[in-house]
Amino acid sequence: MLKFNQISKRFGGLQVLNDVSFSVPQGGIFGLIGPNGAGKTTVFNLATGLLRASGGSIEFNGQDLGSIPPHRITELGIARTFQNIRIFKEMSLLENVVVGMHDHLDYGFPGLLLNLPSFRRVEAAARERALELLSWVKLDHKAGMAADSLSYGEQRRLEFARALATKPKLLLLDEPVAGMNPSEKTELMAEILNIKQRGFSIFLIEHDMRFVMGLCDRIAVLNFGRIIAEGVPDEIKNNPEVIEAYLGKEEEA
Amino acid sequence: MLEQQLINALSLGSVYALFALGFTLIFGVLGVINLSHGAIFMLGSYAALLLVDKLALPLWLALLAAMLVAGVIGFVVDYLILKPLRARNAPHLIPMIATIGVAIMLTNLAQGLFGAENKRFPFGTIPEESFNVGHLHVTALQLGIIGISVVLMIVLLAVMRRTQLGRALRAIAESPKAAYLLGINVEGLFYLTSFAAAALGGAAGVLVGLSFNAISPFMGQPMLHKGIAVIILGGMGDIRGAMIGGLFLGFAEVLTVAYISSDFRDAVAFGLLFLILLIKPSGMFGKVLERKA
Amino acid sequence: MLEWWEGFWATYNAVIYGIGVNAMLALSIYVTLSCGLLSLANAAFMGIGAYTAAMISMQTALPFPLALAAGALLPALVALIIGIPTLRLSGVYLAMATLGFGEVVRVIVLNMEITGGPMGLNGIPLKTEFWHIALLLAATLYFLARVRRSKIGRAFEAIKADEVAARLMGVNVPAYKLLAFVIGAAIAGIAGGLNAHYTFTIGPNNYAFENAVEILTMAVFGGIGNLIGPSIGATILTLLPEVLRYFKEFRLAINGLILILVVLYLPNGIWDPRRIQAFRQRRQARKER
Repeated sequence: MLKFNQISKRFGGLQVLNDVSFSVPQGGIFGLIGPNGAGKTTVFNLATGLLRASGGSIEFNGQDLGSIPPHRITELGIARTFQNIRIFKEMSLLENVVVGMHDHLDYGFPGLLLNLPSFRRVEAAARERALELLSWVKLDHKAGMAADSLSYGEQRRLEFARALATKPKLLLLDEPVAGMNPSEKTELMAEILNIKQRGFSIFLIEHDMRFVMGLCDRIAVLNFGRIIAEGVPDEIKNNPEVIEAYLGKEEEA
Repeated sequence: MLEQQLINALSLGSVYALFALGFTLIFGVLGVINLSHGAIFMLGSYAALLLVDKLALPLWLALLAAMLVAGVIGFVVDYLILKPLRARNAPHLIPMIATIGVAIMLTNLAQGLFGAENKRFPFGTIPEESFNVGHLHVTALQLGIIGISVVLMIVLLAVMRRTQLGRALRAIAESPKAAYLLGINVEGLFYLTSFAAAALGGAAGVLVGLSFNAISPFMGQPMLHKGIAVIILGGMGDIRGAMIGGLFLGFAEVLTVAYISSDFRDAVAFGLLFLILLIKPSGMFGKVLERKA
Repeated sequence: MLEWWEGFWATYNAVIYGIGVNAMLALSIYVTLSCGLLSLANAAFMGIGAYTAAMISMQTALPFPLALAAGALLPALVALIIGIPTLRLSGVYLAMATLGFGEVVRVIVLNMEITGGPMGLNGIPLKTEFWHIALLLAATLYFLARVRRSKIGRAFEAIKADEVAARLMGVNVPAYKLLAFVIGAAIAGIAGGLNAHYTFTIGPNNYAFENAVEILTMAVFGGIGNLIGPSIGATILTLLPEVLRYFKEFRLAINGLILILVVLYLPNGIWDPRRIQAFRQRRQARKER
């Protein structure tokens, strides 16, 4: 679904990614792991169009993502959440999620200006859908509250719901459980499985080994900007290079 | 001829550079665009005028005293207004708006106190001598202006590059939080920077006042606009940039007036500003556009 | 009674018109601020609109509405042209660029023959009537209210909150920024056209940096959280000089002081729904005790 072909990325003199190739299959949960600074978030930034690759290409469902701007990549079906949460702080939860539907709200200028029934219908449907998505992450009871009044874990779930609002085919999750306690992590794991069952494909970056091993169907390992392993969790767990890269230490966030 | 214009350009450019230095220091270290810098420049000029006129101080002493006065005003503005905004972590456009208020207040107060007409230095204050070097005609005033500006700039550069203080300031410019964690007295250095920057602005005010022998409450505004153009040209927060940018503007203006038309003199600064924002917004020497916390 | 009204009107009609025009100007900068852009170019756009409308009225026989329309269209066009490169800049750089643009416009107008040079235009026909201003202000408020409630308004808010996140939610950020900029320019242009036709004379110094600052002050003072704020800000700050007539000489100083005080103590302006709500809640809690 999402194919990285020999991607390399340089920042000035620093080579962040080098000859990175892997493929995220449709349906299922794909994980990208690696020590801090390996280049994982850069991979996401490239996939979403925030950065341009220095070399190589990225294909999404056969289409080259080349120089497509971020908002169009979202239209094509890739959505993402952020490592350091980027919700719209002063907007309500509901409004946050409705922003995600931006591309799918079809009304013309006259409808908007004259408050025509077509406009009202689309807006009402959007709010309903937003409420539904919030219920998936169990935040619907707080729909009218300002986003910055939420706890850290709740804000992560809000980002989730907002990303889902963009009607993505592929959901990119950047460290979705960072900063959560074990019970929150288990809850989120269940929610992610839920989402996978609803038909979304998921590509996530994480540090927490247990989380990744328990959840992902396939895993790729990034170290110093290179892919050092790719396969099913069992293969990765026993791969000596991977173990060495993590210095035999299991990361618990 | 060209060489003659160069002397004029050097003189004008030095003052622009001096003014811009104060401006860019505040931006580099405090992260604020201080739009009251022009008003402080103007007050420095009035301070010198009053000291010479009422207290009959010699010019060099009046200059130093005016710098002190300007510095104090700059410090007070920082302490009363910018400091509370820092404590609140206000987004960086807010302090800028506050300094607009300060500028309006100071300008209007000056107008009310001193009157709106141009004032001159008492007869005999400004040195009248001039020299002829080859076929160049240089006035003592121009030499003085260039000399004083150069001295101040060298002092500033020396402090920034070679002293512990300078290192601390540069650390703050990179990241105030990190500097604080390193044990640097960030708040104290903010006060010092505000003082020093205002003092430089005041010095520029005195020199410009002497240069045109016209002091008015409104002289700060056009200077501020040029200062903005200079620091964007040179790269905001960059000291070398402010100096070179200032000289560049001086040259550009003088040459425009000499060879095109004096009507467009004030537009030169903004034309350049506009151009560089379109081509390389970070300016000649600017590196990072986004400052870390 | 009627006599009193006529006397009142004769003295104060300029102030009343001024409130309407200033409200539109404050709203014009509100639009850009609601998208996270600080544009100091609106005084220049007002000037472009004013000169365009005035020159049409003075040199052609075209009706007033057409002159006003042209006064909205030309600034919008100019905004479109300079917006594309400048809106790439962020925050402070954008503010400086728009400031620079404003000054360039002023100097150009100052030196052109057809705009009357430093003397400006004199003898602009007095065509503006109260209902023109009331109607156009109402239309502006209605238009902006509808935009606010739609996906456009949400997009602006999202861009203001976090541009990158907005981009990744599918919002075409550059296009929307341009839209906000152009709308602001058009509104400022209309205000300029209206203003020109009751002040009889306009000059390049009416549309300088100080004026851009005044407009910003009105918006910030009133509060930029919603449409009421800028309107209130404009009303108060237009009336204030009349009220402060006693302090004639130091009127501007008080203006500046007000700006400082508002920034320091009322960060969200005078009309801050959150603060008002919190105040009401506290009062309610006190009543219940």
